[in-house]
Amino acid sequence: MSPVVALDWTPVCPLDRLDLDRGVAALVGGVQVALFRTDGGLFAVDNLDPVGGAYVMSRGLVGSRGGVPTLASPLHKQVYDLTTGHCLDLPGVTLRRHRVRCRDGLVEVRLRQEE
Amino acid sequence: MVEFAPRLMPVQVDEAGGAMLRRYVEELGVTAYLGVATTALRPGPDGTVAALDLADGRSVDAELVVVAAGIRPRDELARAAGLPLGPRGGVLVDAACRTSDERIWAVGECAAVDGTCHGLVAPGYATAEVVADRLLGGAATFPGADTATKLKLLGVDVASFGDAHGVTPGCLDVTFTDPVTRSYAKLVLSDDARTLLGGVLVGDASAYPTLRASVGGPLPAPPLALLAPADGAGAGAGALPAAAQVCSCNAVTRADLDAAIAGGATDVPALKACTRAGTSCGSCVPMLKQLLDAAGVRQSTALCEHFDVSRQELFDLIRVRGIRTFSRLVAEHGRGRGCDICKPVVASILASLGAGHVLDGEAASLQDTNDHFLANLQRDGSYSVVPRIPGGEITPEKLIAIGEVARDFRLYTKITGGQRIDLFGARVDQLPQIWRRLVDAGFESGHAYGKALRTVKSCVGDTWCRYGVQDSVGLAVALELRYRGLRAPHKLKSAVSGCARECAEARGKDFGIIATETGWNLYVGGNGGFRPRHADLFATDLSTEALIQLIDRFLMYYIRTADRLQRTAAWIEAMDGGLDHLRAVLVDDSLGLCADLDAAMARHVAAYSDEWRDVLEDPERLRRFTSFVNAPDVPDPSITFAVERGQPVPARDAAHRRQPVVLGLPEVRR
Repeated sequence: MSPVVALDWTPVCPLDRLDLDRGVAALVGGVQVALFRTDGGLFAVDNLDPVGGAYVMSRGLVGSRGGVPTLASPLHKQVYDLTTGHCLDLPGVTLRRHRVRCRDGLVEVRLRQEE
Repeated sequence: MVEFAPRLMPVQVDEAGGAMLRRYVEELGVTAYLGVATTALRPGPDGTVAALDLADGRSVDAELVVVAAGIRPRDELARAAGLPLGPRGGVLVDAACRTSDERIWAVGECAAVDGTCHGLVAPGYATAEVVADRLLGGAATFPGADTATKLKLLGVDVASFGDAHGVTPGCLDVTFTDPVTRSYAKLVLSDDARTLLGGVLVGDASAYPTLRASVGGPLPAPPLALLAPADGAGAGAGALPAAAQVCSCNAVTRADLDAAIAGGATDVPALKACTRAGTSCGSCVPMLKQLLDAAGVRQSTALCEHFDVSRQELFDLIRVRGIRTFSRLVAEHGRGRGCDICKPVVASILASLGAGHVLDGEAASLQDTNDHFLANLQRDGSYSVVPRIPGGEITPEKLIAIGEVARDFRLYTKITGGQRIDLFGARVDQLPQIWRRLVDAGFESGHAYGKALRTVKSCVGDTWCRYGVQDSVGLAVALELRYRGLRAPHKLKSAVSGCARECAEARGKDFGIIATETGWNLYVGGNGGFRPRHADLFATDLSTEALIQLIDRFLMYYIRTADRLQRTAAWIEAMDGGLDHLRAVLVDDSLGLCADLDAAMARHVAAYSDEWRDVLEDPERLRRFTSFVNAPDVPDPSITFAVERGQPVPARDAAHRRQPVVLGLPEVRR
């Protein structure tokens, strides 16, 4: 096994391109990432729905459950904890998370290969 | 009002009840002449009626006389056959419901059991049960009539049940008169005050279902608690004995209902489905709720964890307070940041109230993906587009245009069940280009998605059909154009049939119209799907104008009062009073809402705008339609196609594509 390469931060879009509580998809190093801006900050997760198998998570509805920020799959409504990626409806199912930050008004993403 | 008896409704109520009723009636400006016969109707100079002469010498001016003369049994068959009749008509039968000819029986309102015709449904059912038992060799006899009734007289609730007049020897009366709330109640108890024999209620009949079910059994609570109209808590169904019949239409006892609750029925629809209680007249539905409460089943009406109120209450809050954003609503009346349940509900309510384009401002973040991309999400992440074809009527040129769009964008093409053409496999970045082509060809895209009017199907109607009696296509087109874009608690479907052969399957729709020789019959509350249901006849022989007004009100009342994802059928079933109540509200305007409902629909029709064209004309809305925010020109590489029967279909490369969605399957009841 080669050592895990520390991936770079990739600028994606200006922050004002992200509407509050409405996701967009981005292509980062060939990986489809779903990006969200909420009251609680920025989140980046895989765009791939781990249950449905389609690249649609960016089109899900953002909200909260018991104080935790959530994302619901637009295919069959499974709800995920945006802070951990864990599915709150199906034990054992997880949405891969990526690092995201805002620098000088630009949203940047760094892929995380494994949890 | 002229009444021969000494009080109003002499059969149903006693003297004190009649006096209370008279007070109500006279407050409405109706003068009651009691205990007096009419001796003559006198004509005026033009030959029409002008006055009534009463036996006591008085005269009453009248332009119109309505004679209420009760019911008359249809006994022509018995007369023709030479069978004996009752003293006041009706086929004379004995307690076994048999006529003088042992091979002939009579049931229902035409039967005069031991000489008496009962013009009520419960005795009718009882006679049918007697005859069924006799035909099977049994020895059943007519058990006596259950003459319990609950009705409204000029808007006043009146109920009587059991021995309402206290004719049982030694019986005791407990009466309660409240001139402030203007209610009167009487309970008739056995001589030991332990058994309820009957009673009368005037003004407030809310205790009727519980009291009626308690007749012949112990009192479910102290008499005063039962009668005091304060909160009705004492009259709750929870106090009923197990053998009490809660639903007398379908002979369902409390024990049956408790067993169903113990077996897992946790709401009224579930109780209805497994016991049939409340599925006929619906008057016991409030008791079903009380029994669930008594069993400790919590029936929350909270929409979700963010709002403690139901959809209907949320609708009223938004409407009355003029709230236009989710953030204000959740800050003032909820908590948290919303979810995939409450956000689309609020988006739908705001759209119903005409709050502008679905993608404008904060509203965009509330929309389900279908409403956000104005198309139908498919399993592979692509969308389908269904151009609106009102009534299913389409010109050859437009048909060709759809074919060209499908060919040029390589879309899988299928005819739908709603007389439209579904085009599958469009990426989000292709949607505006497809709409552009459709708009140029004279189409708009359509709501094959979303909680809104879907289609109004039609048969070909009297233009071509040899049997048709009205222009069903013309009406379907008009209705679809009138109600398109109307956001509702659930999807809405409709159809129009040009004759009683019903080729458009209108009775399978939320609102279905079937032509008659002289107008239209309106049916409501039908659906296909998981639990198919035929729509019920709501109004008959309507003019087109009256029909449209009634549908306007039906839809707006549904939009205002239904629960989230409650189709019209379930909405009507859950309504206290059911279809009769709905008719009272929409036809007789019993709640005084009709002008408001009419105005709301007029606003919808006037404000309608093609949502898809509106996206094309606004760069701010249009920018959402890219696959990737940082690579607007790159199409989503995950959407790929194979070819099946000559058409593109989603490629099945990934093993975990195609996971079926598990739905509960219907079971055979044993």
